[in-house]
Amino acid sequence: MSSTIALKRNKLSGSWMNVRTIFRREVQSYFNSAIAYVVIVVFLAIIGWFHTNNLFLANMATLRLMFEMVPAIFLFVIPAITMRLLSEEKKSGTIELLTTKPLHDVEIILGKFLAAWALIGIALLLTLVYYMTIALLGKIDNGPVIGGYCGLMLMAGVYVAIGLFASSLTENQVIAFIIGFVFVFALFMLDKILIYVPESLTSIVEFLGIDYHFANITRGVIDSRDIIYFLSLLGFMLYLTVLSLGRRKW
Amino acid sequence: MAITVRNLTKFYGQEKAINNISFDVKTGEILGFLGPNGAGKTTTMKIITCFMPPSSGTVDVDGCSIADHSIEVRRKIGYLPEMNPLYLDMNVMEYLEYAARLHGLDTARMRQQLGQMIEVCGLKEVRHKDIGEMSKGYRQRVGLAQAMIHDPDVLILDEPTSGLDPNQIVEIRNLIKQLGRAKTVVLSTHILSEVQATCDRVIIVNEGSIVADGTPTELQQKFHSSESVSLELKAAVPNAMTDIFPKIKALPGVESVEYGAADGDVHRFSVFSAHGVDIREALFQQAVSEKWVLLEMSQKATSLEEVFHKLTQA
Repeated sequence: MSSTIALKRNKLSGSWMNVRTIFRREVQSYFNSAIAYVVIVVFLAIIGWFHTNNLFLANMATLRLMFEMVPAIFLFVIPAITMRLLSEEKKSGTIELLTTKPLHDVEIILGKFLAAWALIGIALLLTLVYYMTIALLGKIDNGPVIGGYCGLMLMAGVYVAIGLFASSLTENQVIAFIIGFVFVFALFMLDKILIYVPESLTSIVEFLGIDYHFANITRGVIDSRDIIYFLSLLGFMLYLTVLSLGRRKW
Repeated sequence: MAITVRNLTKFYGQEKAINNISFDVKTGEILGFLGPNGAGKTTTMKIITCFMPPSSGTVDVDGCSIADHSIEVRRKIGYLPEMNPLYLDMNVMEYLEYAARLHGLDTARMRQQLGQMIEVCGLKEVRHKDIGEMSKGYRQRVGLAQAMIHDPDVLILDEPTSGLDPNQIVEIRNLIKQLGRAKTVVLSTHILSEVQATCDRVIIVNEGSIVADGTPTELQQKFHSSESVSLELKAAVPNAMTDIFPKIKALPGVESVEYGAADGDVHRFSVFSAHGVDIREALFQQAVSEKWVLLEMSQKATSLEEVFHKLTQA
């Protein structure tokens, strides 16, 4: 009995070791190539520009402007960092090396997912500089800030999962980018096209739109429905990616 | 660590890549998988290494089925895929470390294996170099080192010497022989001399089916349908076709004669006899009695190359 538990624990820690190995390799690869630096610089530069431009105009100690803008930056930045994750391995044939090593497809997917998500996390972490400048200038309400960051991370998670799925579909990075972009853009636009949707469907379409849930969280209201929305969408996309990677098997 | 392959069939859509293949690889054997491009060598290897499942049939590696114990099978196998894909942005040490980690080696074991592989594969001077900057020969060594990093009992090598120059081919071949001494090795190739140089046993595949299975010598004997003797002699005769040709043809044991070429008084013939019949003595006696001057006489054994051509040409 105890030995089976030990075995299970062993297996589990083995799994996490595998995820960690993939994760480390991918993060290293982001920083070895210029990708990580380009993403971080572009991210901070765009936010910095609009942030400082409007800060004094609005004359409010808030990060609301940033939280409104980052989702739009995500739309093209995230597909760009995820596009190579699987398609490059497919193209160069290294996918064959990776999938004949003793690890499960889901460990590969998780490792790669977490690496791209972490890169976005690092970029977001650096935006705390803007938070600090504002906190110096005026009294800032921390509730929406914490909510905003949580919302951004959840949104990034969903986008990364979508981008990873797009990358699993093709061995061409440009195509992976375009598919990823179209997907996340559609998800982003859903709650903005409500006027074109038949009235009976509006509530459903609104619920499916990612910005609707993001807006809820940035208000500082953590509702389980929003969390469930993000997590289930994220999980579903990762599941599709696992299926897609396993498609070689049929 | 034996491999058992039974009734393996694989369809790519409608196309049958391999058709009901069965064979065994015994522990410690170096098996050569020989066949023209598109014969199904790579497909078979991809199935054994658990990259993709067969449409039907089974593969057992040391008693573990690829369908039910895929992860265990992968642990036992070191695999060098066709074209030797590598992460070009990593350096040799990083890459081998990554491969070792993916095989679940702990740090101590990894260090030890890493050192050994660097040593054995001759990668010491280039170990901090990016793989993308390395020559093909070195990349192949890295590929082999990667396949061997967890000290597997089975090595599956898909065209390990393709694209290398002759010196590198000899190097890699020796490396395989050396590494494969204590292992079960399956290697595919379309280079015949490679099989003769490295393998204990050969399986020839064509259009998805096994057409021959045996040691290189066995195959040569088995598909040895006739002996041929090439003959060069000097005789001052007005017409070789009427003065020499019939006399050779009439010798006991001779099945057919081909007249090659003439250069003044020097004539060349190829003389064929049934398998196992040596006609050289009769030829010599005939030449003596006719006062032909024998310049050259040699018996040619069927090479594996001819066996291969015979078996794989429609």
